[in-house]
Amino acid sequence: MAAPMLRWCCPGRRFAFARVGCGSCHRRGPPTGSTSNGKRGQSTVAQQPHITAQKPRKGEREWAAVVGLEIHAQIASNSKLFSGSQVHFAAPPNSLVSFFDASLPGTLPVLNRRCVEAAVMTGLALDCHINRKSLFDRKHYFYADLPAGYQITQQRLPIAVNGSLAYSVSVGRKPSQMVTRTVRVKQIQLEQDSGKSLHDDLRSQTLIDLNRAGIGLLEVVLEPDMSCGEEAATAVRELQLILQALGTSQANMAEGQLRVDANISVHRPGEPLGVRTEVKNLNSARFLARAIDYEIQRQINELENGGEILNETRSFDYKLGCTVPMRDKEGKQDYRFMPEPNLPPLLLYDSGSLPPGADPQQVIDIDRLRERLPELPRVTRERLVRQYGMLPEHSCALLNEVGLLEFFQSVIKETRAEPKKVTSWVLNTFLGFLKQQNLAVSESPVTPSALAELLDLLDRKAISSSAAKQVFEELWRNEGKTPAQIVAEKKLELLQDLEALEQLCRSTLEAHPHVVMDLKRGNPRAINKLIGLVRKATLGRADPTAIKEVLERQLSS
Amino acid sequence: MQVTMVSVALKQGQVTPTELCQRCLSLIKKTKFLNAYITVSEEVALKQAEEAEKRYKKGHSLGDLDGIPIAVKDNFSTSGIETTCASNMLKGYVPPYNATVVQKLLDQGALLMGKTNLDEFAMGSGSTDGIFGPVKNPWSYSKQYREKRKQNSHSENEDSNWLITGGSSGGSAAAVSAFTCFAALGSDTGGSTRNPAAHCGVVGLKPSYGLVSRHGLIPLVNSMDVPGILTRCVDDAATVLGILAGHDPKDSTTIQDPVKPFTLPSLTDVSKLCIGIPKEYLTPELSSEVHSLWSKAANLFESEGAKVIEVSLPHTSYSIVCYHVLCTSEVASNMARFDGLEYGHRCDSSVSTEAMYAATRREGFNDVVRGRILSGNFFLLKENYENYFVKAQKVRRLIANDFVNVFNSGVDVLLTPTTLSEAVPYTEFIKEDNRTRSAQDDIFTQAVNMAGLPAVSVPMALSTQGLPIGLQFIGRAFCDQQLLTVAKWFEKQVQFPVIQLQELMDDCSSVFENEKLASVSLK
Repeated sequence: MAAPMLRWCCPGRRFAFARVGCGSCHRRGPPTGSTSNGKRGQSTVAQQPHITAQKPRKGEREWAAVVGLEIHAQIASNSKLFSGSQVHFAAPPNSLVSFFDASLPGTLPVLNRRCVEAAVMTGLALDCHINRKSLFDRKHYFYADLPAGYQITQQRLPIAVNGSLAYSVSVGRKPSQMVTRTVRVKQIQLEQDSGKSLHDDLRSQTLIDLNRAGIGLLEVVLEPDMSCGEEAATAVRELQLILQALGTSQANMAEGQLRVDANISVHRPGEPLGVRTEVKNLNSARFLARAIDYEIQRQINELENGGEILNETRSFDYKLGCTVPMRDKEGKQDYRFMPEPNLPPLLLYDSGSLPPGADPQQVIDIDRLRERLPELPRVTRERLVRQYGMLPEHSCALLNEVGLLEFFQSVIKETRAEPKKVTSWVLNTFLGFLKQQNLAVSESPVTPSALAELLDLLDRKAISSSAAKQVFEELWRNEGKTPAQIVAEKKLELLQDLEALEQLCRSTLEAHPHVVMDLKRGNPRAINKLIGLVRKATLGRADPTAIKEVLERQLSS
Repeated sequence: MQVTMVSVALKQGQVTPTELCQRCLSLIKKTKFLNAYITVSEEVALKQAEEAEKRYKKGHSLGDLDGIPIAVKDNFSTSGIETTCASNMLKGYVPPYNATVVQKLLDQGALLMGKTNLDEFAMGSGSTDGIFGPVKNPWSYSKQYREKRKQNSHSENEDSNWLITGGSSGGSAAAVSAFTCFAALGSDTGGSTRNPAAHCGVVGLKPSYGLVSRHGLIPLVNSMDVPGILTRCVDDAATVLGILAGHDPKDSTTIQDPVKPFTLPSLTDVSKLCIGIPKEYLTPELSSEVHSLWSKAANLFESEGAKVIEVSLPHTSYSIVCYHVLCTSEVASNMARFDGLEYGHRCDSSVSTEAMYAATRREGFNDVVRGRILSGNFFLLKENYENYFVKAQKVRRLIANDFVNVFNSGVDVLLTPTTLSEAVPYTEFIKEDNRTRSAQDDIFTQAVNMAGLPAVSVPMALSTQGLPIGLQFIGRAFCDQQLLTVAKWFEKQVQFPVIQLQELMDDCSSVFENEKLASVSLK
């Protein structure tokens, strides 16, 4: 079951746990990240060889890499940060644009309460200090998809600061050898998203879609406490789970709801930090890890060859698997920050500081939001391990797929089967089928009840586990039929008639004297052949252990 | 003639909204040469008048402003009516929404006569620097001024010696002064409502910052802009303020507390009042005439029993330079949106997006606007931010604290000049550049904007030249009503003369006849 195991560990990628040996040691060598030929379906496992934990040769000096992240998460809210326009992914261009979003003169920002709550909840979940007073600023730059000529952000005094994000990475060979790493959260700030520029090269024109302009973003700044692509990707994955659990962001990277910029530098341990580069717009966890590792290696090579690192912005070319300098048209940008004069300071309260008689619609009480925080992924995983005795990596896997945990819990509730059995079926069989067909849990043709019923049949030995697999396949194909119906139709129930089984065993032994001879000569595998033959004769309806028992009895008599 | 009285006349059917509207329209045509209006919304106004008339016939008017002609400065967004800010950048721009203050007036049944002229993007103190040309002060054509000029008779060519209105809300001040409407909206960032009000002999109110919504007002300096009110008497300003004031969910800087329409009490006793005279406002540039009227006003209060004391606003002299830094910085930011993409002017060039921005902005803005954008961006540069912007903000706080200290010491209202002198001829005015003039002309007014206080300019008397001179009252934050009450008492004492525009009025005297009619019927 190696393949599905890998898959559930890290759906389609291998980032659920970084295998950290990758640590802070990077060795001399070509930037192997660039060996990717861009085939999309290719296994990514083979693609980060330079971060494996080989010991450096004696005398070779090591490099340490330092990685910090800036993560932009689109806030899941009905309307935008400062306007009443709706927020929808993939709506017709410019259909969700208010006068404010198009920056019509005279329009003013009005802060969306929901976005503030999302920022506070995220801050609380990341153990941040929530600033009772935060400020908004204008950050100026001319760009076609930034209609006002400035972005409203929180540069001076953000809403939350000084938090931490814990994530688990596996060390060594076994996935169960996991350690918890922590990255400090510098700050969380509220800011506006920009619109989108669509370049029509054919007609050499740029089209602007402002649907995204003004959507609320949480910018989460992670301190440079990470040292390789996998650590970064794992931290991002954990943040993604937290945001999803909170409901503060859908955090879907493919839809651009989570975008990551990475700051990367390398240095010799004990020496000051090196010059950093920024790799922009990483929109999948896989590319994030690859881009960072490529960039680390590139910097090492550059320095080893006597070159120097420029403080520059680079982008990741996922086709070539390498980072390239971005055209910086205007050289160094001076954003000319200025306080946003149309928004008063954002004041937050707690139960102690709540002004008496305050309209609950007009104030935000941090303590009330804290009470409403859902169970966070880390706690859920610990609970699963405790409650069902499952392996930590299995608890991770259940959380890694949207809706999988809920599916698992529904099955558990309805079946008598052991939690371990349920875990195995959900993570191996069920998830394997989903992955094969590239479906989300919500799109599964098999309901939790159907799987629960199937596991019940298996549990009371009404069917064999191979028959159960067959039933599952049928369930996947024929929606609407119950497992019991399928078992009956396909005559898959286990042979309960011992006499009939004895009869079949006897005739099998008689029909294959040479196998029996083989066995008697001492070939231990011959018994398996006989079991297989009997099973075939029973059309797979007999339990192999039962067959073995009967055969052994008959042979020894 | 007060708006509330016209309202009574309308209710009694002595005049209909359509008649009123048509008379104002006819006056607008007669005074076209004043250049007070950029757009005259004749059709809209007549249609509104028709509806108002129906309401009056049914006997349920919407309020005191139902059927009353008003005008709006052309930097307030008006749905379906071109809003230009007197700039090439917004020429042809028709907003899809109404500014909150405009909407509130329309909801009251007011008739929108048109959009009034201004300095480009309200940057100026003369109403001379817009693309539609300068506004002429109606007092240039008044009997009072002309007679004085004849006495002095050193100028033959009268027409070339017309006076400026002050600004930047000069169009609104002229429109009210020339009887083409009963009230007009201006905007006030550094004195843009009070300054032209003083020059045109009308009342100019700058409400407390946060009392009136800025939503839809095309901004100059967001942290100082306030919609201003220009009327012919203090009571009218109060009536309009009562309608405009209050929280607007679309403007987060408006106060939350509900505000109700109010009528001003008539003060009979000022003995409990304490009037402060800021000594720093006695500057060498102050004309002797304004100075003596200011003293006279102080004496008037004192003689009626008020306590009049000299007070100090020690940071006043830093106000102009501080204002310059803060104003230009916000201007640089606010003007960034005019890039030719979403609305407004766009140049023909299509070499690159950057080239398009540059050409669009060069063509769209005048020198004054471009100059302010340039200085503002300089002040906001990372290397300059602390030395300029942050310092200016600190000074702003000191200036605001000056006022707080004075009011905490027991002063109710401050009395100051509004302008250095009476209106000057255009030919004089343009001898200095816009920046110098703005700095000089805003000297008594803009500290108030930095402190967010309410202030009102009330015409006091005519100068020896026969031109209006106004004085300014400054009140405590959100004590606009108290401020207006004092202003109303003062207005009653000084009995400022009505402008005599005989030649203009010959054909349109009916408005005055009706005024008489209304007054008679009230008695």
